[in-house]
Amino acid sequence: MSIQEICRAASNTRLGEGLYQLVLDAPQIAAAAQCGQFVHIACGEGNLLRRPISICEAGEGRLRIVFQVKGSGTEWLADRKEGDTLDVLGPLGHGFDTAALGARPVLIGGGIGVPPMLQAAKCAKAAGAAPRAVLGFRNRGAVILEEDFRAVCETFVTTDDGSYARHGFVTDVLQELVADATGVAACGPKPMLKAIAAIAKQAGLPCQVSMEERMGCGIGACLVCACALKAENGETRYGHVCKDGPVFNAEEVEW
Amino acid sequence: MADLRVNFCGVELKNPVTTASGTFGFGHEYGEFFDLSRLGGIGVKGLTPTERLGNPAPRIAETPAGILNCVGLQNPGIDRFIAEQIPFLRQYDTAIIANVSGNTVEEYEGMVEKISDADVDLIEMNISCPNVKCGGMAFGTQPAMVEEVVSAAKRKAKKPLIVKLSPNVTDITEIARAAVSAGADALSLINTLLGMRIDIETRKPILSNVMGGLSGPAVFPVAVRMVYQVRKAVSVPILGMGGIRTGRDIVEMLLAGADAVAMGTVMFADPTAPVKALAELEAWMDAHGVKSVRELSGAVEV
Repeated sequence: MSIQEICRAASNTRLGEGLYQLVLDAPQIAAAAQCGQFVHIACGEGNLLRRPISICEAGEGRLRIVFQVKGSGTEWLADRKEGDTLDVLGPLGHGFDTAALGARPVLIGGGIGVPPMLQAAKCAKAAGAAPRAVLGFRNRGAVILEEDFRAVCETFVTTDDGSYARHGFVTDVLQELVADATGVAACGPKPMLKAIAAIAKQAGLPCQVSMEERMGCGIGACLVCACALKAENGETRYGHVCKDGPVFNAEEVEW
Repeated sequence: MADLRVNFCGVELKNPVTTASGTFGFGHEYGEFFDLSRLGGIGVKGLTPTERLGNPAPRIAETPAGILNCVGLQNPGIDRFIAEQIPFLRQYDTAIIANVSGNTVEEYEGMVEKISDADVDLIEMNISCPNVKCGGMAFGTQPAMVEEVVSAAKRKAKKPLIVKLSPNVTDITEIARAAVSAGADALSLINTLLGMRIDIETRKPILSNVMGGLSGPAVFPVAVRMVYQVRKAVSVPILGMGGIRTGRDIVEMLLAGADAVAMGTVMFADPTAPVKALAELEAWMDAHGVKSVRELSGAVEV
């Protein structure tokens, strides 16, 4: 069910260099949201297209989103002040199926792919699973949400340059955790997702990945956010990140 | 209350607002945001003889007040449209405008013949898609080709045939005249304007297909100009489209010479744009004492 809701900004907090956390009063969207879904936000007069942002947390009538400033739309979003109103579509897309990840899932986020994994961790935990989180960042300055994850589950942090926590990649940690894992879910850059999918496949684990693509309508009508998938006949077909995804089974994706 | 009804090639539309092919899928998604029966008609995603996968991503690039797209006519094929989508669309009290394409003259003939026997109200023949290698715009930019493909299709048409024109030509009136002399019952214009964007960091085109079609508010004045020119050149009904956002834009497009309009890209910004624009149109007509929307068509004073 897609809802268009005019939401009030409850707070906007700078989390780091170009990183912001916006909390929105969005009772209808928050009530319907599932982990891994996204919202599509109108970003002012000068930006025709809405901007898709993953839902970091939804509950008690509020949505929490964490985003990185990448262009004019997210710049506009970063400028919002408490009390401003935003035109939001959501909750959109097909999210994580945490039940399919078993009792001991490994949830992995890379960079700005970290936020949606928080709701996934909470959802898995609420269902009785014992998730572990692996969060990878470029460097110390890019680290976000670490304490939020630690409050939910066992959490491992890596940085590409070793400036904080473990020096290395999320895949290094995943290799050590697969032995007693029951499933893997991830959001982040495509090369990272590809590497994770390969490790999960080798370990025989179900793997769900949240993909990204330049988006238009956000609801499945305009067909621009194509994601190459394996068709049943072995050929390529295009699914759409906004409606069929953003979360896909890694086995389905044509890497 | 203003009379919004329009008779378009013998098909009664409850109001002049339709959706532009390629922006609305088959209506399912926008049906979650408003009652599809509010629309005068629905222009469905462009159909081809068999399923088309479309182009790889990225298929979209934002531009100042517009977008470029290179979807490449991804669709399930005409047979699945007839079997699966027409029953869905017929639940709503709105006209179905089936948009069809082909790679050859024979394919256009076959498409028009097949869709004529299906339960649709109007056929829109797309000879202007900029995003496919064969057919598409190649048919719509030379008068001789337009005549050939439209006259072949017209012979098979048992429903009113609208020909959708490309703006990527030197003289749109020449193409419009060719389509009408070959038997087009109506014209729709404009399709997208061919454009391109480059990522200056990677020095690569943003779109997978290098070039794509520009739509959205950026193209509105071009569309108004072309509708105005075509209105003066031919007498068949015109479905005006290209960058319409508001009720005032609809009035402008009608004044330029359109009999009905289609809205598209604006819905990506606001999914309820067509119903908002309809309310604005009605309010504008009431405020200006315009009793029937038909009074506006072509009423620009030059």
